[in-house]
Amino acid sequence: MESADFLLIFSLVCALLLVAPPMGIYLARVLGEAPFSWLRRVAFVEKGIYRLCGVDPTEEMNWKSYTGALLLFSGAGLLFLLAILLLQAYLPLNPAHIEGMSFSLAINTAISFVTNTNWQAYSGEAAASYFTQMVGLGVQNFLSAATGIAVFAALARGLARKETHEIGNFWVDLVRTILYVLLPLSCVIAIVLMSQGVVQNFLAYLDATTLEGVSQKIPMGPAASQIAIKQLGSNGGGFFGVNSAHPFENPTGLSNAVEIFAMLLLPCAVPFAFGSLVGDRKHGRILFGTMFVMFLCSLGAALYLESGSISSLGQLPFIEGKESRFGLGASTLWTVATTVTSNGSVNSMISSASPLTGGIAMFNIMLGEVIFGGVGCGIYGMVLFVLLTVFIAGLMVGRTPEYLGKKIEAPEIKWAVIGVLAPCAVILLFSALACMTQAGISSLSSAGPHGLSEILYAFSSAAGNNGSAFGGLNANTPFYNLLMGFGMLIGRFAVLLPVLRLAGQLACKKHTPPSSGTFPTDSLLFGALLCATILIVGGLTFFPALTLGPIVEQLLLGQGRFV
Amino acid sequence: MKSSISPSLDGAILRRACWAAVQKLDPRVQEKNPVMGCVFLGAVLCTGIVTVDFSFFTLQITLWLWFTVLFANFAEAVAEGKGKAQTDALKKMRTDTLAKKLVDNVPVEISAKDLHAGDHVVCLAGDLIPGDGEIVDGIASVDESAITGESAPVIREAGGDRSAVTGGTKVLSDRIVIRITVEPGNTFLDRMVQMVEGASRKPTPNEVALNLLLISLTLIFVLSVGSLKAFVAYTETASHITTHAASLPVLIALFVCLIPTTISGLLSAIGISGINRLTQKNVMAMSGKAVEASGDIDVLLLDKTGTITLGNREAVAFLPVAGVSMEQLAQVAQLASLTDTTPEGRSVVVLAKEKFNYRAQDLDMQTAVFVPFSAETRLSGLDIQEGDVTRRLRKGATDSLRKFVLAYGGNFPEEAQRLSLQVAEQGGTPLAVADGIQVLGIISLKDTVKGGIKERFAQLRKMGIRTVMITGDNPLTAASIAAEAGVDDFIAEATPETKLARIRYEQAKGHLVGMIGDGTNDAPALAQADVGVAMNTGTQAAREAGNMIDLDSNPTKLIEIVETGKQLLMTRGALTTFSIANDVAKYFAILPAMFAGFYAVADATGPLAALNVMGLHSPQSAILSAVIFNALIIVFLIPLALRGVAYRPLGASVILRNNLLIYGVGGIISPFVGIKLLDCMAGLFF
Repeated sequence: MESADFLLIFSLVCALLLVAPPMGIYLARVLGEAPFSWLRRVAFVEKGIYRLCGVDPTEEMNWKSYTGALLLFSGAGLLFLLAILLLQAYLPLNPAHIEGMSFSLAINTAISFVTNTNWQAYSGEAAASYFTQMVGLGVQNFLSAATGIAVFAALARGLARKETHEIGNFWVDLVRTILYVLLPLSCVIAIVLMSQGVVQNFLAYLDATTLEGVSQKIPMGPAASQIAIKQLGSNGGGFFGVNSAHPFENPTGLSNAVEIFAMLLLPCAVPFAFGSLVGDRKHGRILFGTMFVMFLCSLGAALYLESGSISSLGQLPFIEGKESRFGLGASTLWTVATTVTSNGSVNSMISSASPLTGGIAMFNIMLGEVIFGGVGCGIYGMVLFVLLTVFIAGLMVGRTPEYLGKKIEAPEIKWAVIGVLAPCAVILLFSALACMTQAGISSLSSAGPHGLSEILYAFSSAAGNNGSAFGGLNANTPFYNLLMGFGMLIGRFAVLLPVLRLAGQLACKKHTPPSSGTFPTDSLLFGALLCATILIVGGLTFFPALTLGPIVEQLLLGQGRFV
Repeated sequence: MKSSISPSLDGAILRRACWAAVQKLDPRVQEKNPVMGCVFLGAVLCTGIVTVDFSFFTLQITLWLWFTVLFANFAEAVAEGKGKAQTDALKKMRTDTLAKKLVDNVPVEISAKDLHAGDHVVCLAGDLIPGDGEIVDGIASVDESAITGESAPVIREAGGDRSAVTGGTKVLSDRIVIRITVEPGNTFLDRMVQMVEGASRKPTPNEVALNLLLISLTLIFVLSVGSLKAFVAYTETASHITTHAASLPVLIALFVCLIPTTISGLLSAIGISGINRLTQKNVMAMSGKAVEASGDIDVLLLDKTGTITLGNREAVAFLPVAGVSMEQLAQVAQLASLTDTTPEGRSVVVLAKEKFNYRAQDLDMQTAVFVPFSAETRLSGLDIQEGDVTRRLRKGATDSLRKFVLAYGGNFPEEAQRLSLQVAEQGGTPLAVADGIQVLGIISLKDTVKGGIKERFAQLRKMGIRTVMITGDNPLTAASIAAEAGVDDFIAEATPETKLARIRYEQAKGHLVGMIGDGTNDAPALAQADVGVAMNTGTQAAREAGNMIDLDSNPTKLIEIVETGKQLLMTRGALTTFSIANDVAKYFAILPAMFAGFYAVADATGPLAALNVMGLHSPQSAILSAVIFNALIIVFLIPLALRGVAYRPLGASVILRNNLLIYGVGGIISPFVGIKLLDCMAGLFF
């Protein structure tokens, strides 16, 4: 590892440790009962929105109405986006005269952006007009991220409150998150990115002649604003096809660092917000710590593998497929960061990385996107694992397991395992389906274990609502478009709905005050146990599949063989 | 029955359990446990395969799958068998007895089976009591050894807190009339038999939750192993190598090894043996739910008298006011207490006798008129005619005596008031003594705290349980005894309402409350508490309100009950952790065996042979070893399931750390060792 890479990682870690905790507390105040006083001064915008939409911000919802509002909102967003994608040829701001998408691609893209996945079976500059990018995709970037945070807030309230049916107001959570968190942060990041040369304009694509005399179309567009929220909101859908490997999306080393920081900022802050909202900040810190350690382990392993130390090719590092302006360290850091945060933006070809690095990236997603995970989604996914951990460990101390004073009984276990199982089922079953069908196999670019990795990665990316692409797989076929779309829906809603049900269930429960007989959830031991649960559940579920994909490929490479 | 209630695992039980294990192969039994049901299905499938396409390897897998099911059945059967042995003695008592039912006050002999709640029966010396009920008339000594194992007869009498009788016990003397309160078939004895046998065992809430978790783990492996078939097919095409390693029997073997068979096979045995262990401690739990809940108790309500203190208050000192000698006070106190037959009154007489060798007989009783103690006046005493003057000697509660003195025109001296307060502050009960209108002094009564009780409470505190003492004493006395005994809190001047209110208050704050009681006035509180333990000596009302009955009537038993409840949950958690941790090794045994052929060049093994970290002999022996280990581990863990994981009253963090080390880390390591050993043995045959 070069010293520049070390410096980048070191300063990123420092920046995160410095900024994430206060950011989390800020987020908690925005979502909590007692917002900052200065918020009240600018609250006229917020109040105006409520009046415009006919929302009573003081109304508390039970889990059913909260879920209803969320589903209605997501459904409407889906249809609206679908319409834009199909009809973009007839809509304004389309200087490149881009046609409407095919139905299977449009439905895939619409689902992808509404579920915060941002899987892109299309290439931005070739298939999406500026109007689509801004009004369609950009808006969903904000909304889907805010929806994730809203669900997280509802769950935190379910844990913090007792003997009530009320878990907050979906509309208020949504509006506040966007107004006070996502919008201001996006503005700052967008301006920083523009200063580095990220484009932000409505110009038509430029025609240029290269030094070799070849004529080339250079795409333009309002990219900076899009990229800011794509990174902040765990979206990851690039403005251009090659995502953050494109020089107009990510021109310099500094822009690269800022984008990685933006990608990790909110996912790292949310555990602190969670601790604050449930009234146990130490527990929040432990959750963050668990995620952080897993992130660092994953990063360390990936850096080691990328350096080429265990391949048969001598000490050659895996440089192919990486942007030379970022180099090995910054590219690997991005790959790990984007897979742990459910972001899905890329700045290098994961397919070209060492097989096991691809495996690690895949495994990060397969674990359920809980090592940080998406904004909001990560922590609520994590809480499902926490419930399982608390249940097994709680039994071992001889009491009915309880989490933050709430007893964990059959209904909680039921909803938690549904939330954990659903994405696993999507990854394994859909991958198996793809392996068994001609439609699945024919999209592969490689026949051996690498091909299996391509399939596994794609469905992991869909089910984990990550959206990053391994590369190599031709995903714009009706088979993949529809199956992936379905996978993304399950990955989003089969987790989100049980979580909301849980929030309602937990809110109704009594709160048991802790005693020395209570299993502590704010100790290092708990962190280690949580880590073990996640790894063992993930490992046991996916180890056989990974063995035939990245693991065997790495072993073959070790023997100097390519299949 | 004490001896017969804790049978060791003798040959008869094991022989019966073996047969029962085979009987439990009935699919209707198997479907009740979905995880083991999956193993059952796998075994059936493999049997089918082996008959169609015979191979020695498949046959062995099939046999071991059947053994896995049988071992799990066996574990359950052993636990049930132990229970059955306990109940055999009880069942003998249920044999039909004749009851003398009172019809218009004339005894009519009918079968005990035909008795109904509300009937009155008469029992004479030598009769077996035909059913559970309450004595409405008479007093008798009853031999309850059949239930409690205690050979000394107990006194049962109408009214008061000792009126309940149990069907199957024997009247030794006198005549009593009993009102039957429980329908036949639902008596204490019947319920005992049902509970211990596990016949009426419903899954407890925690068991339901755990089962859900185990089923979902099983589902994960259905997905994982099911999809593997497709990935293997893909890899066979890609590597142009068809290994047959992922044949259906191998996949079934992998699946069975991965699903949590260890805990699922032992789950019901753990539950049944939990109740059995309580029975061994002479506690009858009315439901498994109650046993489980007892592990969760974090507030414990204990009656002071008999639990924390030895029982009755006794006079310990005479405190005269200035100008009165102690002898004088003692003499008057003794005289005034002669008619007081309460234990307190008697202790005053005894103390005076011990200190000054006074005897009541010394007094000329001709002129004396006794004023007996009454609950209304709360005074007792003696009026002595001395000429025209009536000398009124009185002893009683300070308040009452003050009223008495004031009523006759005297005044209650400041000093006596001070002494009385002082006694109360030190945890005693003050009684004042007066000769006419002159107050002589104070008698200090004290309750003695049981030895070792403080350590017990400290232990409870370590377990995270707060103790609350209930007493009828005044707040000062109560506070002093509470401090001496080391309880965390107390309720003074308790009434049934305050007890109930306290339980509700604690429950509203989210606590789980355990309560021990014996009297009828405890019944509402026992019913309200999450775990209500009724003393067997108590009233029928109390026994019906509680969800456990302590046959020894020993109030400190609750600590053991809590421990058993905790053990029950800990055993489940530990074996679940063990079961899941085992899977790591099984992967490293089976997957390399299945995949070693892929991408192989010429005759060399493929790259995935590198995963064979245990260096297992051959693919077949590796798979077999894993399956055999998976089956045998159930048998090995049966004793642990029956005995329960050891519980020591340490903090939750320490317990967790210890159990994680043993069952988590141990669970990861032990199968590596076990499978390697089995493989070495199997290697001799392959």
